[in-house]
Amino acid sequence: MSLKFTFRNKRISGILTVLPKQEIKFEDEMAQYNFPPAKSLKLKLAMGYNKHRIVEAGTNVSDLCVYGIDYLLNEGLLEKDDISALLLVTQSPEHFLPPTSNIIQGKLELGTDVLCMDINQGCAGFIIGLLQAYMLLEQESIKKVLLLNADVLSRKISKRDRNSNPLAGDAATITVVERSLEPTTIQSVLNMDGKGAYVLQIPAGGFKLPSSPETAEMKEDENGNFRSLDHLVMKGDEVFNFVQKEVPPMIEELLAISGKKADDIDFYFFHQPNKFMLNKLADKIGVSREKMPANIVENFGNASGATVPLAVSYNLGADALASTYEVCFAGFGVGLTWAAIQQKLEKFQFNHIIYY
Amino acid sequence: MRQQIIEILAELRPEFDFCQDVDFIEAGMLDSFDVVMLVTALDEKFGISIDGMDVLPENFSSIEQIENLLTKNGVK
Repeated sequence: MSLKFTFRNKRISGILTVLPKQEIKFEDEMAQYNFPPAKSLKLKLAMGYNKHRIVEAGTNVSDLCVYGIDYLLNEGLLEKDDISALLLVTQSPEHFLPPTSNIIQGKLELGTDVLCMDINQGCAGFIIGLLQAYMLLEQESIKKVLLLNADVLSRKISKRDRNSNPLAGDAATITVVERSLEPTTIQSVLNMDGKGAYVLQIPAGGFKLPSSPETAEMKEDENGNFRSLDHLVMKGDEVFNFVQKEVPPMIEELLAISGKKADDIDFYFFHQPNKFMLNKLADKIGVSREKMPANIVENFGNASGATVPLAVSYNLGADALASTYEVCFAGFGVGLTWAAIQQKLEKFQFNHIIYY
Repeated sequence: MRQQIIEILAELRPEFDFCQDVDFIEAGMLDSFDVVMLVTALDEKFGISIDGMDVLPENFSSIEQIENLLTKNGVK
């Protein structure tokens, strides 16, 4: 059984995705890996390795977010005075303190009556952030919440780690969340299991194990990948099994609460760790692969919590300005966390991708 | 079915003899990424979708185990 949430009269009014200009092709990195090229090419098809976008050295989360919010302000798609909160979901903060959301507020010269909050979440970060945004909008003083899902975790992934590097992606998404005039109902379910907290982690760099020359030492794992304790590491098998076990029943539970059948949903926008995992989920849940787009990793990489809103930007594009959709959002991964939202997407005011 | 499985395995890891009586996982003949590629190939070859919950190393440790998995998915 999941923790359940119900919200009414809330909506997403637009999504802007900011992607790095730097695009790298899988073939150009194959020589870095400790595997025969022929084998890597076969894996490319199964996992959706193709190309990914990562930031240049020195680019941080606040750079991407400020660039995107400035764009919205300059294009007349957002008014400064309407911003009541900046919710930044990231696992690549610029410092332990201050919060990166405060840095963004300062760079944008927003008023002091803006709530800034950093949320340490990853793969389920869009869902967790939306829940927070919807909760804030229960307060009359809140006009619009900017949900920022932004990560530059490519900087924490070993270039010689074929498990993770081909899938690494950096991105920021800006989702504007506000009240709706329509009598909408949003349903959500959430689960967390800290017993699996170390299945996905960056071992060093925090207070428990500060970075040092020792933690930076590169070592080969049992699969032939090289990484250090400063790099992101995941137990891929355990993550895969956790997702296949927990996500389908969670979606079944959510649809039952929403009073909808699987086919009533126009799109399932799920977090995209890799193509294989997502296709298996689609088959298990019993929806067509057209309804569950799996094209983000192969085109942009896995940018953690940004993959879901990026999937909306990429797959719906300008259609989201003219049409409405019943959707199911789901995120699953680090924490361990698995959560989902079922809601209607009303017509957006904007929904596109820009490049930094 | 057996011959088709052996052909797929041989294409995947041509350096190994999959006709020998060993545990493919323990012997290091298949790693987790090989299993991903093997599942993809079996799905395509037999027109099935192996359940994600069954993508466990022990289900791919021998020809017999793979045959059992395919039988469970309706392959004759």
